[in-house]
Amino acid sequence: MNNTPLQDRKNLNAVWVTLLVITFSLSIAVPTVMAQDNENCYMCHEDRELTKTVNGKKRSMFIDNRILSGSAHGEFDCIICHSDIDPEDLPHAEDLEPVDCGTCHGEIQEKHSVSLHGKAITRGDRLAPRCTSCHGTHNVVPADHPKSPVRASNIPFLCGSCHSEGSKVQTQRKIAQDHIVENYSQSIHGEGLLKKGLTVTATCVSCHTAHEILPHTDRNSSIARRNIATTCAKCHSQIESVHLQVIKGELWEKQPHLLPACVDCHQPHKIRSVFYDQGMADAQCLECHQRPNLRAEDGRSMHVNYQELGHSKHVSVSCSQCHSGVNISHTRPCDQITKAVDCSACHPEAADKHAESIHGVKLAANDPDAPSCLDCHGTHSILGQKNPNSRTFPTRVPMLCGECHRAGEKGAVRIANNDDIVGHYIESIHGKGLLQSGLVVTAQCTDCHTAHEVQKSTDPRSSVHQDNVAGTCGTCHHGVEEQFAQSIHSPFVSDTDKELPTCNDCHSAHTISRADQSGFKLEIMQQCGRCHEDITETYFDTYHGKVSQLGYTGTAKCYDCHGAHDILPPSNPKSRLSHQNVVETCRTCHPSANRQFAGYLSHATHHDPDKYPWLFWTFWGMTGLLIVTFLVGGTHTILWLPRALRWRKELHRLEKEAEEDVEDIAWSDMVAPSPPSLRKQNELADNPPDPDPTDEQKESDES
Amino acid sequence: MIQSQTVKTERHFQRFTRLERIMHILMIISFMSLALTGMTLKFSYTGWAVILSHVFGGFQFAGYIHRAAAVVMFGIFVLHLYDVVFTKRREYGSWKALLLGPNTMLPQKKDLQDFKDSMRWFLGRGPRPQYGRWTYWEKFDYFAVFWGIFVIGSTGLTLWFPEFFTNFIPGWMLNVATIIHSDEALLATGFIFTVHFFNTHLRPEKFPMDLVVFTGRMPVHELKLDKPAEFEKLKADGTLKDYLVEPYPPVVIRAIRVFAWAALATGFMAVIWIIYAMIFAYR
Repeated sequence: MNNTPLQDRKNLNAVWVTLLVITFSLSIAVPTVMAQDNENCYMCHEDRELTKTVNGKKRSMFIDNRILSGSAHGEFDCIICHSDIDPEDLPHAEDLEPVDCGTCHGEIQEKHSVSLHGKAITRGDRLAPRCTSCHGTHNVVPADHPKSPVRASNIPFLCGSCHSEGSKVQTQRKIAQDHIVENYSQSIHGEGLLKKGLTVTATCVSCHTAHEILPHTDRNSSIARRNIATTCAKCHSQIESVHLQVIKGELWEKQPHLLPACVDCHQPHKIRSVFYDQGMADAQCLECHQRPNLRAEDGRSMHVNYQELGHSKHVSVSCSQCHSGVNISHTRPCDQITKAVDCSACHPEAADKHAESIHGVKLAANDPDAPSCLDCHGTHSILGQKNPNSRTFPTRVPMLCGECHRAGEKGAVRIANNDDIVGHYIESIHGKGLLQSGLVVTAQCTDCHTAHEVQKSTDPRSSVHQDNVAGTCGTCHHGVEEQFAQSIHSPFVSDTDKELPTCNDCHSAHTISRADQSGFKLEIMQQCGRCHEDITETYFDTYHGKVSQLGYTGTAKCYDCHGAHDILPPSNPKSRLSHQNVVETCRTCHPSANRQFAGYLSHATHHDPDKYPWLFWTFWGMTGLLIVTFLVGGTHTILWLPRALRWRKELHRLEKEAEEDVEDIAWSDMVAPSPPSLRKQNELADNPPDPDPTDEQKESDES
Repeated sequence: MIQSQTVKTERHFQRFTRLERIMHILMIISFMSLALTGMTLKFSYTGWAVILSHVFGGFQFAGYIHRAAAVVMFGIFVLHLYDVVFTKRREYGSWKALLLGPNTMLPQKKDLQDFKDSMRWFLGRGPRPQYGRWTYWEKFDYFAVFWGIFVIGSTGLTLWFPEFFTNFIPGWMLNVATIIHSDEALLATGFIFTVHFFNTHLRPEKFPMDLVVFTGRMPVHELKLDKPAEFEKLKADGTLKDYLVEPYPPVVIRAIRVFAWAALATGFMAVIWIIYAMIFAYR
């Protein structure tokens, strides 16, 4: 046997290793010697009769030396764990601090504290599992020990002690899944572990982790949609090559949002190797549910139109994914379903938002009027939002929301004085754009109010709250929002206690009209006037304002000079009314305006002697002139009137005399220029001209 | 059977020339137009102003009417001055005869005397004064128009061409011009439609209206009673016969009456609107 130099070297190494192992073993043996200190503890705790009363109950304080020494911690001193005991001062106090496993197992402790279980402990949940709940106390054995409760083959039973039907956790806490252990035991993983004894098969902790258990809605959870592929791939590595046709290689892990997650097809806890054949296939459900006359005990139709389902958005989702309570071991797998479909299982984000919205809050309070997912999205016939037949397709949203919020409907009764929101919307620029012009990008209900985060406008979280409106409108009217953000009305510019206007203060909410039409142009001045009261009033005293008041848009209105969204104070050089810009602004209407022309007072009043003394005194000068003139003229007339009435009577007498006086001068025979009218002829017939008026006149004179 | 028949009729005294009558009619039309269109702006805060403005075809068209009427009124003014010169040359020969003679429009001592006598007459302490060709209130109305044309015309022109005039005056003068223009117009409108209407049409002896300014002629006996001084003077110097004319046929009178009534009604309407605006809607 000729050893090569290499083999010699190997032999030498083996010797070294052996020596090292021996030395190491000796060093480990030291605590065994030290453990003799535990004798002090056993002096008392060896006693099987030793008890302590906790909450009125007797608890044994006996510690079995054999169990402890056989445990993973068997070689440690008691005081390593029970660190608040002073070995010099025995017997120790009655109540010791709970053992803190984190002293040694810090990293694990940390993971556990942020997990579902850890947070439940922090909340003070009595049912929440602590270290000892799973690992035991003095009897802790290594995980691969056959007796360890956390050994792979024991895990389903350990977890199942809390997560099985009828347990306190399952009945008293909100657990989305049901029949977990039962389903698991019948799944391919459960069969592998429990029937075939494959300890490498997936147990609860393989997917959920042991200490870092998080809800699937948590981004960091091992079972979150974005992570589930990675989690499954821990065992099923290269699985993507099997699914190449569906998932295009590694897209599955890199862009999980684009693709179905593992659990979309292979339901958690019920995973079968060939899901649709052996699992809870739709065909099984339809055996019963395709019968048109199938009814529940309360008379509701339980018929499912599979045609409809086949066209729906959920075409690739099996019945049991939504109706999750099925148990395939039962002849009627659905006989134990008690819970309604929970959309949040797949749509956690939308569901969470909805739960916080005013709709969700009212729904949780059992308000019969509050909408759930189904009220808007429908059930089996659910369609994608981009499908024109969908209830949530943009052009159909106003009608959808209108089902409750139309005037007189249940939703409108409690909101905004029963205002006809939907009716107004349809007449508004957005409504016309959406429904008449068919522009699906036009703002409809959910564009402003959001779909799932609907809040009252008084709620600061609301997208239509005073503080958020500009941003909401800005999603489409971004350019305007940018201008507005620079203007005097923006809260970023004006630091004031006064309420600043936002989009809807001028444009309204549901009755938004075209800003280039005269109705809006005239109304806007009233809107400005709500805050700028004085300046609006004096504007209406000048030519521009007077014409506007008559209902014409031909003259300058507030925004023609001040701007609309980009209003700045005239002191700002960028303002349209700054010294630099004002003449140019006038020139938009008055092309040959000059600097002095711009000095016209477009908000002048003649009622303010301090600000406008010239106008004030001119006005009162003119008014004085008016008063004096009318007083003189009026007095003259009033004095004249009674005298003139008497004069009129006198004239009747004087007229005859005067006519006579002028007879020789003025009277003449003449040919009537035209035949006298019929009336005149009658008059002449009745009262022929007096042949001799002189006699009569004399008589009257004498009398 | 219709046939011409001879009747004895009183011939009329011609008080106004044809040109004067035409000018007065044009004056009525332009003044009414100016007043109504201007009022829509001055009282824009009232409902009637909004309606009226729409009747005129909008503020812009109302503006065109306003300015066109202003041009007409300027024209009448110039024409009148020309007529004065022409009349001087034809009838008086010298400015002195025109301005200081009995037919003058200028205020004379007699006017002051007439005014005092009128006050006595009004109070029943004297007879009706012997008014001449132009009474003192007629002279007042005449010069009021001169004043009005100057004040309203000049400010109106400024407001018509503000870009041009602000080369010479500051911008705030436009505001001042607006106040003067508008208040002086209110004075003119108010005065014409109340005092002038009363003095010429509504005073009981002329009620409901005196058509002499449209026909230009009045019965001679009426002249004797209304303007005795003029009658006596004409009778004394024997020139009365020169002014005698035949009266207008009834159909002409009827047409004139329609126009006069329309003008009168418009004026009253304006007065009612103004009173409503000033008392019930003022702001």
